[in-house]
Amino acid sequence: MDVVRRNNVTVTGNPQGRTVVLAHGFGCDQNMWRLTVPALEDDYRVVLFDYVGAGRSDASAFTEDRYASLDGYAQDVVEVCEALDLHDAVFVGHSVSAMIGVIAADRAPKRIGALVMVAPSPRYIDDEGYRGGFSEDDIEELLDSLESNYLGWSAAMAPVIMGNADRPELGEELRNSFCATDPDMARVFARTTFLSDSRGDLERVRVPTLVLECTQDVIAPREVGAYVHRSISGSTLVTLDATGHCPHLSAPEATNEAITAFLAGIG
Amino acid sequence: MMARAGQHSDPHDADDDKTAQAAFAALLEDSAEDLYESAPCGYLSTLMDGTIAKINSTLLDWLGLARQDVVGRLRFTDLLTVGGKLYHETHFAPLLRMQGQINGIALEIKQADGGRMPVLVSSVVKHGTTGEPLLIRTTVFDARDRRAYEEELLRRQRLAEEARRQAEADRARLQDTFAVLQQSLLPDTLPELPGAEAAAHYHTASPDRLGGDFYDVFPLDGKRFGFFLGDVCGKGPQAAALTSLTRYTLRAAALHDPDPVSALTTLNKVLHERYSASGDPRYCTAVFGTIDPDPAAGRLTVHLASGGHPPAVVLRADGTATYLPTPGGLLVGVLPTAPFTAASTTLGPGDTLLLYTDGLTEARTGKDRTSLYGDEALLAFAATQAGRPPHAVIEALDGLLAGFGDGLDDDTALLAIGVPSSDDPTSETR
Repeated sequence: MDVVRRNNVTVTGNPQGRTVVLAHGFGCDQNMWRLTVPALEDDYRVVLFDYVGAGRSDASAFTEDRYASLDGYAQDVVEVCEALDLHDAVFVGHSVSAMIGVIAADRAPKRIGALVMVAPSPRYIDDEGYRGGFSEDDIEELLDSLESNYLGWSAAMAPVIMGNADRPELGEELRNSFCATDPDMARVFARTTFLSDSRGDLERVRVPTLVLECTQDVIAPREVGAYVHRSISGSTLVTLDATGHCPHLSAPEATNEAITAFLAGIG
Repeated sequence: MMARAGQHSDPHDADDDKTAQAAFAALLEDSAEDLYESAPCGYLSTLMDGTIAKINSTLLDWLGLARQDVVGRLRFTDLLTVGGKLYHETHFAPLLRMQGQINGIALEIKQADGGRMPVLVSSVVKHGTTGEPLLIRTTVFDARDRRAYEEELLRRQRLAEEARRQAEADRARLQDTFAVLQQSLLPDTLPELPGAEAAAHYHTASPDRLGGDFYDVFPLDGKRFGFFLGDVCGKGPQAAALTSLTRYTLRAAALHDPDPVSALTTLNKVLHERYSASGDPRYCTAVFGTIDPDPAAGRLTVHLASGGHPPAVVLRADGTATYLPTPGGLLVGVLPTAPFTAASTTLGPGDTLLLYTDGLTEARTGKDRTSLYGDEALLAFAATQAGRPPHAVIEALDGLLAGFGDGLDDDTALLAIGVPSSDDPTSETR
C-alpha cells in the first residue's frame, strides 16, 4: 500500500526542521492550510495530506467500515507517520482532526510528540453537564440534508463528481476543486464527525498541547474550548479574536502566531 | 438604432424609435436603490465576521424580518438552518476565503413563521485598495421550484436505481433457473463404453436463454448403446419443453425398437401429433444411432439415421476426415410421415465419429463476422484431429469454439464416439 499516494501526502518546508503535520477537518482538504504553510516552512518540515475520501486522496481505498469511526481516520494519520518514518512530530489538527490527532497520538506515542488543536470539539451534541452546541435533532437535520439534498449540496460537489474519477484533468479548472470531496464519502465523514464522542480520549493526552479556539464559532463554542483545555492537563488555551470555525483562514496571522509561539516554546 | 445609423430615416422607423425611448425612460425611473430593494433576488452585505450590514427588502420579505432586527444584529449564519450553518462553516466560508467568491450553493433560510425556504447563494468578497478583504456581498435566489424539481429527480433516480437492482436480482435468479433446467436436459455423465470412448461438450450461447440443442448416450440392452444429438427449433422455455419431449421419446422409442429409422419415425409421430394440431408446429433435427462395440476385435459398429441434421464426420486413424452422408432425411415433426436416411460405419482403433449442431458450422468468422465457418472448414479442422481419441477431439473443438468469440452466437452441442488407438498415451475410457 502506497500511503503517500493514497493520502496525497505533500512534504514541504525545511528538511532540517522538526516535522509539523497539518491535518484538515471535515469539509475540505489540505488546501485549508495554504495560509499556514508560509509561516512554518522556514523553520519546520511541513507534512500535508488528505484523509481518504477527501481532496485528492485515493478514493478506491475508502471503505465505509473503516471510516465510520474516528479510529479509521486516526489510522490514516498513523500510517502517514509510519510511511514517512516520523518521530516526535507536531500534529496540527483542525476541527474533528484535532480529536483524530488525540487518538493517533495515543496509538503512536513515539511518532507524535505534541498536539495543536484548532477549534476542536470532542462532542458536538449537548449532553448532561456538557454543552457541545447542538441538539441531537440539529445534527440529524444536518445529516438528513446531506443525505436527501444530494443535488442541492452537490452544487458545491458537482465539479468534484465530474472532475475526480473520470476526468482528473478537469479538476484544475474547477473552481471548487480545493475542497474536492466525493459526496458519498463526505456523508460518511459527516456522520462519523458529528456523532462522535471522544471526550474520554482527552485525559489520555500526555504530550504538550495547544488548544486554539475562536471567540465566535458556531461549531465549537467557547464552552467546548474550555472543556478541552480543562480535560487535557498542562494544555495551553489560546482564544483567537476570530469569527467562524476556520481561524487559519479568517485570522491567519493570529493563528500562525499562536502556533509558532507554541512550537518555539516546546523547543 | 438602425435608423439613426443609416443615411436617412423613414417615418415608420422614427415612430418606433420614440416608443422605445419612452419605454426606456420609464425604466430609468427605476432608481438603483429601488432596483436593489425590490430586485427579484435577495441582496445582502456582511462584514467579514458575518455581521449583516445591508439587506434588501426582497430578502427581508422572504425572511419575514424587519430591517432593524437584522442589520447590525444578526450574522449571515443566523439566517440559516442548523445544517446550513454547519455547511457554511465547513464548506462555504473556507471556500469563500480561499477563492474570494463562491457560486450557486444550495442552502435553506429560516423564515419567521418557522418555514424553510430553499435558496441558492452566491458570495463575493469586496477588497480594499490594498487588497484587504472589506466585506462580503451575497445574492440569494429563490430555489423553491428548483428544489422541488431536484427532489423529484432524486426520487426518480432512487426508483430507477431500485428497479435496476431488482432487475439484476431477477436476472440472476432466472439464470440460475435456466442453468438448472438446462442441466436437466443433458446427461450428467456419459456411460462407459467397453473398448470405446465417448466425449461431449455443450456450449450455451446465453445464460439468459435456454438452449435448444441436446444429446445423450445410454445403454440399450447390456451390449449395445444408443446415442442421439439434435437441435430443436426455437429457443427458450418452449424449446426446452420440446427438448424434454424429444429426449424422453427417443430414449423410450429406442428401448422398444433400437433401429435408428424406427426411433426417428416414432419421434416424428409424437412431435407431429403433439404440436401440429395446436397450430404451432414444432420440429427438430436429430441424428439417432446405436453403437455395437466389439472390444475383442477393437472396433465398434455404428448404425445411425438423420432427420434433417448435418452429416456426421468420421475421423480416421490414417489422418483423413470424411462426412458420413445422410441425404434426404426430413425435419422431425413437420409431416405426419417422414423419410429418414440411414447410414452405417465401423470404427477401428484411432477412429472417431463426430456429431455436432449447426452452431459450430454457422459460427460467424472473419474480421467483420460476416462469413460462416462452414462444412469445408470443419472437415479440414477434423482432419487435423484425425487419429486422436474422442476426448482430445472434443477438447480441440472446445478451443475452436472459444476462438470464435462473439461470432459464436448459437448453442452448440458436440458428441464424439470412438475407439482410442492402443498406442495413444492419452487413451482412456470415458
